Amino acid sequence: MHLMYFTEQPMSAYPEQEGRDFGATALMFSNRHFDPVAGSRLYNEYLEHYRLAEEVGFDGIMLNEHHNAPFCMQAKCNVFASILAATTRRVKLVLLGNPLPLADNPVRLAEELAMIDMVSRGRLVSGFVRGGGQEQLATGVNPAYNRERFEEAHALIVKAWTQPGPFRWEGTHYQHRVVNPWAVPLQTPHPRVWIPGVLSKETIIWAAKQRYPYIALSTEIEATKKIWELYDQVAKETGYAGGPEYRGYLQRCHVAETEEKALANARQFMWMQGEFTGLAHPVWSSPSGYFSPSYRTAFVEYAVGRRSNPRGAAFEDQIQNQQIVAGTPKTVIPKLRRLLEETRPSIVGFWAADGFVSSADTKTCIRLLGQEVLPALRDIGKELGLWSPFEANAPTSIQFAEPARPKETGR
Amino acid sequence: MSVSGIAWHTESVPVAGIALHVASAGTGPRVLVLPHDIGRPDRAPLEDALARTCSVLAPSHPGYDRSSRPDWMRSVRDVAVVYHWLLGERDLARDLTVVGLGFGGWIAAEMATMAPRAFKRLVLVGAMGIKPERGEIADQALLSYIDYVRRGFADQRAFDRLFGAEPATSQLEQWDLNREMTFRIAWKPYMYNPTLPHLLGGVTTPALIVWGRDDRIVPLECGERYQKALPRARLEIVEGAGHFVDMEQPDMLASLVTRFVAEA
Repeated sequence: MHLMYFTEQPMSAYPEQEGRDFGATALMFSNRHFDPVAGSRLYNEYLEHYRLAEEVGFDGIMLNEHHNAPFCMQAKCNVFASILAATTRRVKLVLLGNPLPLADNPVRLAEELAMIDMVSRGRLVSGFVRGGGQEQLATGVNPAYNRERFEEAHALIVKAWTQPGPFRWEGTHYQHRVVNPWAVPLQTPHPRVWIPGVLSKETIIWAAKQRYPYIALSTEIEATKKIWELYDQVAKETGYAGGPEYRGYLQRCHVAETEEKALANARQFMWMQGEFTGLAHPVWSSPSGYFSPSYRTAFVEYAVGRRSNPRGAAFEDQIQNQQIVAGTPKTVIPKLRRLLEETRPSIVGFWAADGFVSSADTKTCIRLLGQEVLPALRDIGKELGLWSPFEANAPTSIQFAEPARPKETGR
Repeated sequence: MSVSGIAWHTESVPVAGIALHVASAGTGPRVLVLPHDIGRPDRAPLEDALARTCSVLAPSHPGYDRSSRPDWMRSVRDVAVVYHWLLGERDLARDLTVVGLGFGGWIAAEMATMAPRAFKRLVLVGAMGIKPERGEIADQALLSYIDYVRRGFADQRAFDRLFGAEPATSQLEQWDLNREMTFRIAWKPYMYNPTLPHLLGGVTTPALIVWGRDDRIVPLECGERYQKALPRARLEIVEGAGHFVDMEQPDMLASLVTRFVAEA
């Protein structure tokens, strides 16, 4: 198993009433409410939590990024990955990930990621995402070409990582006279790529065709099973067998000394989902051309208020269906066993706290996870044969059959 | 597109690999009507009014409404070239009046710069295409389908009459498809071409610029800039109308157009 620590890096230190009054806390919710004094404190707390996660035994630190929204103050995952590359020693740095379509120069991303891989001595896992709908607007990137840009930027980055330059790139969305970055990854053939997602079938199919692990983001168990049905089907058509080494899951999971405290803190997971301030604006989160055409009817009705957010569900329902798990180590382990038994992932991210959960409670949660929950899960993983891509020596991709390894140890 | 007894003939014309949906009706002076970014409503009152005295050609833009989507298309100038192709193939450009509505007005202006003497008359109604100096062109990416279209009406009752107070989901889906195509060709810069004002000076075609006094999508100052940039233009302001003059005051706009066409 590969067990990771994750936080959205919530920026909860803003006047909540302002968010309620505005009616949405994304894109256009003014950054005059962003307090850099609180921001400075929070960034440093989050760094402390990451280092603690390594200390108590997590295998990886999962990072992401979002723009123009208090639910995630990490605006560039490569910045935190760079810091952690130098300040941690053992954990994998799992970026889930860089939003490729937002990049106007993917070669620069290839360079940054190569630098992070070298500084961390080959600990980078470089996931890629499409970016949220409102992020296309926040960065001025055309939502109608989101998927095309994703695929082309990916192809360009992998080529920059694996083929000696200089070469020229004349693509549909990217044109580069000279591709010859003077920084290449330490891992060969290239750092592993994992693809997170939640809704779009197109992304699952694409990941399976590339033979990249897919990380299901907090979907309910039955929906997760359907994801693996589709992934395995495409894997079979592509010529390999799917299985645990291609399956990841992000579990919202808060652990505390008592059930009551764990449940109270777990309610903060709803902070981001809009129960308090309405996170997603129905129009800005779904610009035309961004979402899968198969969801067009649902999204146009959502945009004018004729149906609720296709992504949302109530707290009690999410506790019931285990999208959120909360309790003492003793009570959460059986629930996590159910997740592992029913959906068989080998990669599990623990999204440990959100919203207003204090730094002290977050650290307690990280310690309890590390000391009591992770060892139990490793045993269950062995019992169920849930070998991670590293343990299984899984191929890097459909294109490169060999497993990714740092050059000094791999050759 | 027929409630007023006008018999519309529709056909699919192949141009540049696109199945271009073209409707036509009426006899008289030839008029090409280029629709808005929201597409043409099923009942298009201006086109109906014009068809009583003119020979009206009413295409749907490539990728909008019933015209197929060209995946390769990247700019409003591409659309302008497609229409020149259509007109050239049928030898329709001579003695033609081009009427461009909003986004269609931008296309019409681009067409005029490409062939500065080709048309008889040019009519731009609340046209996009020029960057305002003081205000902004409303960004539909930040507005719901209904809110954006309502914003273009000074009188909301006109919206209700055309689309219903609560437009059907099928209408929303069509607006979404049209909006996606608008993003594909006009995302950045949004709804203007910085080179257009520099190129309008060569257009010797007489031009009528029409603007709704209460246009909340394209500011009236853009109309003034068109008037300045085009050598033979005059500006007509319609009181009590918003961006969609053609849907709010179709008869008034039709009579402005037909009188302009008849001018010596």
